[in-house]
Amino acid sequence: MNRIDQLFENKKENILSIYFTAGFPSLEDTLPIMQAIEEAGGDIIEVGMPYSDPVADGPTIQESNKKALENGMNMKKLFSQLGDMRETVSLPVVLMGYLNPIIQYGVEEFCRKCKEVGVDGLILPDLPIQEYQDEYKETFDKYDLRNTFLISPQTSEQRIRTIDEQSDGFIYMVSSHGVTGAKSGISEEQEAYFERVKAMNLKNPRLIGFGISDHKTFSTASSYCNGAIIGSAFIKVLQDADDLSTSVKNYIQGVKQG
Amino acid sequence: MGKNMIKVDEKGFYGKFGGAYVPEMLYPNVEELRLNYEKITDSEDFKKEFDHLLRDYVGRPTPLYLAERLSQKYGVKIYLKREDLCHTGAHKVNNTIGQIILAKKLGKKRIIAETGAGQHGVATATVCALMGMDCVVYMGALDMERQKPNVERMRILGAEVVPANSGSKTLKDATNEAMRQWINNPVDTHYIIGSVVGPHPYPEMVARFQSIISKEIKIQLKEKENKENPDIVIACVGGGSNAAGAFYHYYNSPEVRLVAVEAAGLGVTSGKSAATTALGSPGVLHGSKTLLMQTEDGQVVEPHSISAGLDYPGIGPVHAHLFDSGRGEFYAVEDEDAMKAGIELSRLEGIIPAIESAHALAVLNQLEYKDTDVIVINLSGRGDKDLDTYIKWGGY
Ligand SMILES: Cc1ncc(COP(=O)(O)O)c(C=O)c1O
Repeated sequence: MNRIDQLFENKKENILSIYFTAGFPSLEDTLPIMQAIEEAGGDIIEVGMPYSDPVADGPTIQESNKKALENGMNMKKLFSQLGDMRETVSLPVVLMGYLNPIIQYGVEEFCRKCKEVGVDGLILPDLPIQEYQDEYKETFDKYDLRNTFLISPQTSEQRIRTIDEQSDGFIYMVSSHGVTGAKSGISEEQEAYFERVKAMNLKNPRLIGFGISDHKTFSTASSYCNGAIIGSAFIKVLQDADDLSTSVKNYIQGVKQG
Repeated sequence: MGKNMIKVDEKGFYGKFGGAYVPEMLYPNVEELRLNYEKITDSEDFKKEFDHLLRDYVGRPTPLYLAERLSQKYGVKIYLKREDLCHTGAHKVNNTIGQIILAKKLGKKRIIAETGAGQHGVATATVCALMGMDCVVYMGALDMERQKPNVERMRILGAEVVPANSGSKTLKDATNEAMRQWINNPVDTHYIIGSVVGPHPYPEMVARFQSIISKEIKIQLKEKENKENPDIVIACVGGGSNAAGAFYHYYNSPEVRLVAVEAAGLGVTSGKSAATTALGSPGVLHGSKTLLMQTEDGQVVEPHSISAGLDYPGIGPVHAHLFDSGRGEFYAVEDEDAMKAGIELSRLEGIIPAIESAHALAVLNQLEYKDTDVIVINLSGRGDKDLDTYIKWGGY
């Protein structure tokens, strides 16, 4: 069974998904970071595939992308690092990134590789829904990969319904107008949007991301859906860490327990 | 006409290229534009204001000038379409006038833009001043250095100029930053893209605003040569807006050769080039599928050109299609040859061209033509902004 399906079947709330960029801070940190997230009690691991032009990302993730590429990260390298991850990592693993590197790698080959190493899902913010339906869905399904779409406060109710229809892993609720990056707190306006989507009774589970950084924002976001996603704030922890595994554990425990 | 029919389809594709590859956060903005731009730009109201401003503010129609000494030198009849005489010094303003009227009609309060050479930034700052709208322009930090006068022009006009410090600190990075800022301000802000790039409907919308260039060429050539169609139209291609404007009404007249000139930088194979069709492959950048300079791994390559306006690793999807379908002929001109062509035009005709436009002129040395041909070169801009580069180059 796909690990994403399994997770959402067994756990309905306070799901913590952690994003980081593969090959950052150092090229070979990818797998150790995944192991540390699992040991610390994270629920989903989102591995960022670095890209030269990450338009949906704020300065923190831009920098981590740049650094990872300078470190020599690329798709081949990533798949070799993930090659034996299933010996030590049992959490669902989602790859997140932009479309262009995948097109160059070859969509079918990319999906085949994902399946081979044990990836469970994909988040590709610049993959249009129509194109997904026409050209990608069949391949994703063939390799048992769940696809996650984003929605934002600007997304119309009708479009949210369409996205819910087309999604099969979880829906990624972008918390506010904006690119990734830790902001302070969650506003009333944001909570109204969380409430509005909650009331729609979508078939897919929802995770809230962008601007989640600590126990408080994690708990608030989680109270409106199945859990939340942390990216930029976690990248900052990695940036400042002396000992990766200790810092990752302290941080994740702090987010979960306050 | 089949394969050679150059027209955007309902999904925003020209053949294999185009589309709208944007994160969901931008979908409502792009969709709002897609649903409204034709309705608005086809309205009598819009047309009246657009025509009026192009005439009385921009100074259109721009002349179609028979460059006699240049013609003599190359042994062929050469007309220059004088976009350099537009208010603000380049064709870019045709598009910003169109988009600012559109933005107003959409109820937007604030404008953002990216700029490379600074010409589009200046053209945007200009129309924002004209309409009393707030204006923020994103510009690569490197470009801010090499196009200083334009940075100050924007500031004089009341715009805020924000440096883009990522990547190669040029046009690509400025465009990334503008897209991010549009994501951050989706409701009150309109993003005025400066070329025929970006997600659908931008490429077609910008091309339509620029199509005034070939519309005028047809009328003017009819007066001068008693025929609407030249044998060859030549234009430089950065993103490709001046070329799209100059080609637009000739797309589906196969007897007119469409010559697009890209920047070869230090040489197509030197590793320091911006010759996208020569070096690129299909990929997705800035919201459309197009030809793109990239590594095997799908990372976008940093381009190089002496001309900031051509220093871009992609081309508009319509040009990718012109290339792919064979309807367009694509050439690349090196920095050095462009500079020489700029000096040549200065000496022969008393016109100092923008270095972008000098690339179009320089292709005369590579192109095969008949001495009976009538050639129109789109002189997209004037060289005032490039004085520093001319001076540093020094070969005059
Ligand atoms: C004078 C001039 N010509 C050409 C260009 C290139 O743009 P495009 O290819 O969109 O015409 C620029 C861009 O800044 C420009 O300033």
